[in-house]
Amino acid sequence: MTALRSLIRHTEFRAGARDMASVAPGLAAWGLMTGVTMVQSGMSLTEAVAMSLLVFAGSSQLAAIPLIAASAPVWVILATSFCVNLRFVVFSAHLRPYLMHVPRGPRLFLGYLTADLSYVLFTRRYAHPGEDPVQRRAQLAYLAGGSILNWASWQAASLLGIALANVVPLHWGLGFAGILALVGVACSLATSRMRRVSAGVAGAAAVAAFALPFKLNIVVAIAVAVALCLLLEPPAPPDQREAA
Amino acid sequence: MSAAAETDLWTLGVILGLAVMTVVTRSFFFISSKPWKLPHWAQRGLQYAPIAALSAVIVPEVVMAQGHLLTTWQDARIFGAAAGAAFYFWRRGAGQAVLGTILVGMAVYLPLHLGLGW
Repeated sequence: MTALRSLIRHTEFRAGARDMASVAPGLAAWGLMTGVTMVQSGMSLTEAVAMSLLVFAGSSQLAAIPLIAASAPVWVILATSFCVNLRFVVFSAHLRPYLMHVPRGPRLFLGYLTADLSYVLFTRRYAHPGEDPVQRRAQLAYLAGGSILNWASWQAASLLGIALANVVPLHWGLGFAGILALVGVACSLATSRMRRVSAGVAGAAAVAAFALPFKLNIVVAIAVAVALCLLLEPPAPPDQREAA
Repeated sequence: MSAAAETDLWTLGVILGLAVMTVVTRSFFFISSKPWKLPHWAQRGLQYAPIAALSAVIVPEVVMAQGHLLTTWQDARIFGAAAGAAFYFWRRGAGQAVLGTILVGMAVYLPLHLGLGW
């Protein structure tokens, strides 16, 4: 608890929260739509609130909602959730060297809280894992600041969506604000030619593989883009590499 | 759409299972405390993963409808996303360019979507 308090006082905690704040409207629009969808699919208030607070993964929730409504076998629902979440498995490989210094319990909790944008903003700020305790602390504080604000804005909007499910018009397409938040962050990442190649390849691959079930097109697109970038990358020793 | 749906234990159990899936997938490669290192090429490759993941989510959401590529240019999402990205590159470096991307994109998207039905 005292460890958390001192993280919150770190200046990087505020920096993480500030960067997340600029995408928060997009996150909130998405959370709102997810809240509305849960209630409109016939979930009870308790179920919808529990799902929002515990599952905390929009795409996995949206994939599970129709399966729950249809009383699909539990293993089918969980396997679907795993597949839809496969991109997080890739992210966790990336985050591993940044987080292994944290004891296991808090590490898993931090992993649980690290959704798409927390991961993306974190790796945008820190291209390399910290090398000494001071750097590691700063990185942890930034990740915590972003993740906590991400969690709070998503949950607040999702609970609001649950409460106002019969009033919020789905056909307005407010959820598009979530996509625009991703567009903004993607633009901010497009700082090198290879990264723009990665974005182009992944976008095309995700469209080409769209017919795959369980949103597997996304993880296939990441794999194709990363593999192609590794092949095309100009060879350079690691210490001379541009600290992207 | 039932007015007062009942809570059932099966659903709550599934929700608990889904929460476990969130923890397992988001922590997958750092659940175990055993020391090992990713091969160097993999670590280098992963720096391309964040933008690839974003693009893989964005592009189908903008250029596809009902699982097929759009056959018309009259779609509010294309204009919204293009306006948002254009704003970003115009205001890049200034504060809150990402927030502006969202606001400008929605300002283009909503009138086209609600007004013209695109």
